Amino acid sequence: MPMDNQDDMPSRPPFWNDPDKRALIFQVLVLAAVFAFFAYIFSNTLHNLEKRGISTGFDFLNNEAGFGILMSLIPYDETYTFGRTFLVGLLNTILVSFLGIILATIIGFIIGIARLSNNWLVAKIAAVYIETFRNIPLLLQILFWYFAMLPLLPHPRQSVNFGDAFFLNSRGFYMPAPVFESPFLWVLAAMIIAIIAVVVLVRWAHKRQAQTGQQFHTIWVSLAILVVLPLIAYIATGMPLSWNLPELKGFNFRGGMTIIPELAALLLALSIYTAAFIAEIVRSGIQAVSHGQTEAAYSLGLRPGKTLQLVVIPQAMRVIIPQLTSQYLNLTKNSSLAAAVGYPDLVAVFAGTTLNQTGQAVEIIFMTMMVYLTISLLISLFMNWYNKKMALVER
Amino acid sequence: MNHKLLVSATALVAAMTFSAASHAGATLDAVKEKGHVQCGVTTGLAGFSQSNDKGEWTGIDVDMCRAVAAAVFGDAKKVKFTPLTAKERFTALQSGEIDMLSRNTTWTLTRDTNLGLNFAGVNYYDGQGFLVSKNLGVKSATELDGAAVCIQAGTTTELNLADYFRRHGMKYTPITFDRSEETIKAFEAGRCDVLTSDQSQLYALRIQLAKPDSAMVLPEVVSKEPLGPVVRNGDEDWFKIVRWSLNAMLNAEELGITSANIDDLKGSSTDPNVRRLIGLEGIKGQGLGLADDWAYNIVKQVGNYSEVFERNVGKGSALGIARGLNALWTDGGIQYAAPIR
Repeated sequence: MPMDNQDDMPSRPPFWNDPDKRALIFQVLVLAAVFAFFAYIFSNTLHNLEKRGISTGFDFLNNEAGFGILMSLIPYDETYTFGRTFLVGLLNTILVSFLGIILATIIGFIIGIARLSNNWLVAKIAAVYIETFRNIPLLLQILFWYFAMLPLLPHPRQSVNFGDAFFLNSRGFYMPAPVFESPFLWVLAAMIIAIIAVVVLVRWAHKRQAQTGQQFHTIWVSLAILVVLPLIAYIATGMPLSWNLPELKGFNFRGGMTIIPELAALLLALSIYTAAFIAEIVRSGIQAVSHGQTEAAYSLGLRPGKTLQLVVIPQAMRVIIPQLTSQYLNLTKNSSLAAAVGYPDLVAVFAGTTLNQTGQAVEIIFMTMMVYLTISLLISLFMNWYNKKMALVER
Repeated sequence: MNHKLLVSATALVAAMTFSAASHAGATLDAVKEKGHVQCGVTTGLAGFSQSNDKGEWTGIDVDMCRAVAAAVFGDAKKVKFTPLTAKERFTALQSGEIDMLSRNTTWTLTRDTNLGLNFAGVNYYDGQGFLVSKNLGVKSATELDGAAVCIQAGTTTELNLADYFRRHGMKYTPITFDRSEETIKAFEAGRCDVLTSDQSQLYALRIQLAKPDSAMVLPEVVSKEPLGPVVRNGDEDWFKIVRWSLNAMLNAEELGITSANIDDLKGSSTDPNVRRLIGLEGIKGQGLGLADDWAYNIVKQVGNYSEVFERNVGKGSALGIARGLNALWTDGGIQYAAPIR
């Protein structure tokens, strides 16, 4: 039978039979349905809110707040607006997340490497740490640190006194606050110049070592530059730095800087909890590096410490970094448990007090969710960039 | 393929139409259908709403809800309680999760207008005060400059505190918690010098201290806190039932009707006011859409206002608060209910 049917068949089927076009039509329809769904939800919510007489809109952000906040990195009192309370809460969240991430990483790496130690006791202590702090719910840990720590600290009138400048009591740890006069800008400029100089120095020393094999006392020289340069600027401009010492006036200390017990408890609990997870991640990363690498390094005469630092960990980072990203995001979101101990983070101040005083739950929760989403996306972006930098380039 | 698309599109449109229909003024119908009143209360505040280890709730706010249940169902036990923190109480009421909020909530302009809610009356006239430790040696609230103050988040207390200290040019540090239990724990641990809240709450929280006598309530009352039950906007029938349940209890006290003597009075009284309240003559339950013995059930099963007050926050309780402002207008207080006629 001659195969001439093919000449009678059209080159492309009609569009309702064409798989590509069908796929396209379906995708367009689904997208339209999703948009329509969200548009409907939005307008329905708005309609229902108005019908019940509940105020809508973001105008409330310009109204006076009327309440005080325990700790604020920017100037704040009750005459500022609700929008300001949003900023205060946001900065407090960023503060505790940032410090928590740094602390958790340091502790986590130490514990993770300790877990792999050949020393039986060290390995077991690390294992106990990991198992304990991984398995207790974070909220309980936060409450534990807060309510276990508070009774141990003395009343302000009987504070622990370190040289009349540092005080420790149940209201916080008080430190002298630096007061910068305007010539201090020169010192700041000197610091920036010193940092740039150090970066350039490190690059140059690396290049020299790669080319000639000569080592350079990079650490000592960098330290010297970082200390001496700003010091010269400081002395040259007449020491423009004074200290605001905390003083006991009436009930509490005034002046100076404070670390409130809420921040300390939250930071401790968050760091210790997340460090337990990071320790396991570090351990898995290190064990993922082929043992052949370690053996080869040893056979070259590298000591175990140097092997770990120069050979194993850089390769382990490929495995560690994506999981670290998740842990950092977890830590940031877990910081919202601050409301349990009265630390004024975003959720406690904005999605808590402001929400209750204005009653505009939908707008406020939406804003809070957007903030956490943005912070998380930023952290992911940064870690992905770092990950790409660390990736092995294969031939 | 076409058929599936058509069916799903129709379903979507149908779902939209049905859910777009909202319910206005339907709380009473919903409550009758459910068979109980869903009442929003605190997570535990002695005298106002507290559950014991068997899960039984007592308190002046609890009795308010029971009165409404007695009016609607003839049975004061047909109530279920939802414990709420100060932050979630309004959202729970707005969303329909509870039918009425009886949670020592202060009646303010902002709350009355911005939240889509209605205050049905005042069942407790209160004011904000300060609780300090006796060994601080403070005798008046004007000596509190620089103090650390524990407060519950999301309350009028926070705002009044800021106003008071600003007016007197004093500084303070606010330590805010979600629940009142946490504020008293922090006060005891020494985290703050002062605990501020409505005076009734201060007395209730003080008995939770290990040594209640070590703390004292300062004499200053720095704000008006009219506490009362709250319902949603647009629900006139339900609103009136809650309002008149409270009024029934107040009128009963004024007329000398108690849960003990109401049956005797039902048989023997010739006072028209008494007979109207009990439901033997007059408008009875017609205007409210309730049974004729709605007020009778309230007084018989829950008690009149004096009984409710004394047994929960007054002489018959651990708080021992005097009637003060909450006495009837004939006794020097300001509780004055519209007459039942």
